[in-house]
Amino acid sequence: MRSLLFLGSLAVVPWAQGVAQGTITLLNVSYDPTRELYQEVNTAFTASWKTKTGQDVVIKQSHGGSGKQARSVIDGLEADVVTLALAYDIDEISAKGRLLPPAWQTRLPDNSAPYTSTVVLLVRKGNPKRIKDWDDLARPGVSIITPNPKTSGGARWNYLAAWGYALRKFGGDQAKAKQFVASVYKNVPVLDAGARGATTTFVERGIGDVLLAWENEALLAIKELGPNRFEVVMASVSILAEPSVALVDKVAKKHGTTAVAQAYLEYLYTDAGQEIVAKHHYRPRNAAVAARSTAQFPKLVMFTVDEAFGGWKKAQPEHFADGGTFDQIYQPGR
Amino acid sequence: MSARQRRVLPGFGSALGFTLTYLSLLILLPLATIFVRSAGMGWSAFWSAVTGPRVMASYGLSFGASGIAAAINTMFGVLVAWVLVRYSFPGKRVIDAMVDLPFALPTAVAGIALTSLYSTHGWIGSRLEPLGIKVAFTRLGVTVALTFIGLPFVVRTVQPVLQDLEREVEEAAASLGASRWQTFRRVILPTFLPAAFTGFVLAFARAIGEYGSIVFISGNMPMRTEITPLLIMSKLEQFDYPGATAIAVVMLLVSFTLLLFINLLQAMSRRRFA
Repeated sequence: MRSLLFLGSLAVVPWAQGVAQGTITLLNVSYDPTRELYQEVNTAFTASWKTKTGQDVVIKQSHGGSGKQARSVIDGLEADVVTLALAYDIDEISAKGRLLPPAWQTRLPDNSAPYTSTVVLLVRKGNPKRIKDWDDLARPGVSIITPNPKTSGGARWNYLAAWGYALRKFGGDQAKAKQFVASVYKNVPVLDAGARGATTTFVERGIGDVLLAWENEALLAIKELGPNRFEVVMASVSILAEPSVALVDKVAKKHGTTAVAQAYLEYLYTDAGQEIVAKHHYRPRNAAVAARSTAQFPKLVMFTVDEAFGGWKKAQPEHFADGGTFDQIYQPGR
Repeated sequence: MSARQRRVLPGFGSALGFTLTYLSLLILLPLATIFVRSAGMGWSAFWSAVTGPRVMASYGLSFGASGIAAAINTMFGVLVAWVLVRYSFPGKRVIDAMVDLPFALPTAVAGIALTSLYSTHGWIGSRLEPLGIKVAFTRLGVTVALTFIGLPFVVRTVQPVLQDLEREVEEAAASLGASRWQTFRRVILPTFLPAAFTGFVLAFARAIGEYGSIVFISGNMPMRTEITPLLIMSKLEQFDYPGATAIAVVMLLVSFTLLLFINLLQAMSRRRFA
């Protein structure tokens, strides 16, 4: 924590020098798999901002687990903007760090999520266990790899996707949904601490029949490892993952970067921004851009956390806090 | 060191002052922060944070596996040190250098390598599987990883002591009519036992705090293979700073008590054999 503070203060030093030279520096604190996405966004935005205003912008990126990144910002990492995996992490920056207003999510279109994704089932080539939908995950003899939702933000989407499917199937019966999710997790032999670890377990170590993964990560894995090893199975219903972006008001104000930081986030919603987003396997919000990439993103029924669970502020304590449903399915008799 | 004795080095006062300040800044201050952070929560909140069923299960694994790993390391560490000191063979220097590798290797790398080896598709794991032994993603795997990272501590504490132990002492014992067992028991063992204790303590303390390599090999299954540091991480992930520091306080107190106890044992063994 202390070293992060130190690193944070180091990051500020070049910023201070930058102002003197007429260059603006932004720090975008993001989560793990967006590194390549934002590299491309940054180049495009820097060029567009230069033609519009004549100013030079340098955008620095920081990546890591979403929750860890949020804690760094709370502890003093001076992020002008945050682009994290779940709204809950930004809620905490607002609640614990008081760096942006609680209603931050309404300030940008589409719940402040310029791109979305969903949870898919990545199976081995030829789908030897014939996995078609969530029901197949509850079957005995199927081995499922997903990270620990207590330590991984991405894993919480997986958990809620299974829960939301069960809610639909059983007409909203929470007890039956819990039973269903419990039988799915009975088939999980390893709960890696993070999403990358789970991917390694499935891909490199050959453990498990199904990997629960975000669509963008699954498509990336197939692209990098070759289509002859894995295939993506779309469940009939899944969750709409909405990675949120927000301006960190207090930091941006202190740095005098509010205008450019705001423009940076809005750039994600432009046609150019949405094209880059689709290129990196995230589902674009823009209908025209989405129409051009339907081959990559098959249609499926998706529910949001707000619809099925009443938002992260409610879902997080109910399912993932100590004593929540995740703990309950592992602690029989409590 | 009594005050009346003439000291070899001057400036005892300033050296002591410097030492205390240095230790306070480096160790006491961060540790105090942990206590202060957890002090904000009430006693009952503290108690329920540190006695949850998952947390209790993790104490057993963390302290148990660390103890077993440190014990294994003490036995085999002494053996390795003995071989490295007493015998010369081709490649000895290479092996000697290899002992330090677990120090230098980033623990995450160690964890990934061990998991690859011991998982059911791994080189060792696939051979153990038919025998019904599973290492990766079990408590056994945690112990294996902790043994790996703790090895250098025992070897490096015992090695210099054995180097000082001259062969002539054993020969003298033998010529005075001692059996081999008596020589070992009365001459060799007392020399290296305190050092072996120190090595045990270091390996044990290191194992309790280990996180990086274990999260890969343990599988992190609630109630079964979650280590205490992982639960601290999972509390932090819920932005539960007080809860995380509360568990840290318990770990610190238990570790401190255990280390104090082992140090007492070590002092006793030194007195008994001296």
